Amino acid sequence: MSLVYAGVLSHAPGITGRADLVRDVSIRNEFYEKLDRQRKEIEEMQPDVLVVVAAEHFANFFMNNMPAFCVGIGEEHAGPIEDPEWLKIPYTTVPGNADLGNRLCTEIMKSVDVAYAEEWKLDHGIMVPLHFLTPRYDLPVIPVNINCQGPPLAPLHRVWAFGQALKRACGTVPERVAVVGTGGISHWPATPDSGKINAEWDVEFLDRLRRADKKALLSYTDEATYREAGQGGFEIRTFIAAAAAAGGPLNLQFYTAKLPIFAVGCTVGRFEIL
Amino acid sequence: MSLYQLQKFLYVLNRDQASQRRYRDEIHELLNDFDLTDEERQALVEGDIGLLYVLGVNGQILMHFAAFLGIEWFDYLELMREGIRKHGPVRAGVYAMTGGGERFTQEEKTR
Repeated sequence: MSLVYAGVLSHAPGITGRADLVRDVSIRNEFYEKLDRQRKEIEEMQPDVLVVVAAEHFANFFMNNMPAFCVGIGEEHAGPIEDPEWLKIPYTTVPGNADLGNRLCTEIMKSVDVAYAEEWKLDHGIMVPLHFLTPRYDLPVIPVNINCQGPPLAPLHRVWAFGQALKRACGTVPERVAVVGTGGISHWPATPDSGKINAEWDVEFLDRLRRADKKALLSYTDEATYREAGQGGFEIRTFIAAAAAAGGPLNLQFYTAKLPIFAVGCTVGRFEIL
Repeated sequence: MSLYQLQKFLYVLNRDQASQRRYRDEIHELLNDFDLTDEERQALVEGDIGLLYVLGVNGQILMHFAAFLGIEWFDYLELMREGIRKHGPVRAGVYAMTGGGERFTQEEKTR
């Protein structure tokens, strides 16, 4: 067993970029504290690499060639692709692990078809999590993308299969691997409805993670998700992949819908690894 | 196909500094590299965020174009709402109007 940590956290450019616009600073700071606690919990597990299962936003992939799943196997990655002033995260280079990325990718491919990329540009979907989880950018990162931007989307049972394949792959390598899934739950990012959050829908989704209820997690349809949780809701794929990798229930460490300026409900959690 | 070309233009512009220079210096020549309708060309030349949103451009592409044009966040949101008021609902792409374009943050309401 080389999967030593599995968790989830929210990403959104506003979490760093619009931090100074927040009115309820105490909730924002509590969120940041929980993210810092997540950093410590990851560090305590002494991982050799952090796999970030994310939903990138046209940083590397466009509709000319959009993979359902892609693993970044480059020596290093650079970001943010966005204006650093806008995101309020300086441009930096993050170490990868090409050798481990290759081995993980090869194992995953035994059961799930994935694309790979030796060149990867990091957008806010990964830079915001790294800003909190590896602020010195000294832990090698293997980025993973699941297309969550628009259909055709990988069905949720395939996302689950990908998460399981990732776990199996981790079991074949001697390195200690930490995995986080980062997405939003319900949200309508970068649209006129930015800031809208369906907290009831979020809480139900998180409860399914807490119960490790695979059947309930995979029962969402994209049509219903779009209607009730917005196009941002497609990003539940990242959480579901992390849940499948972990196999156990989620210990929800933080959730709030009271930071709509971030345009997403803010979540931090850690899975039990079974 | 046209929305694809429109988004491709912005995708390239968002990530390519040479294209950003050409956008400022020779925009019409740059636009000729893409198969665009007159309405799409006009929206890009004028930086018409509202019309681009109504035409169906994904916000994850559009918000960076707005930032490139120096448009602040709340103004960006309002320009999309104005676009809907002026041009009607989103015509294509992943978005349909699931909300009325109301303001969802206290920060914006009290601006």
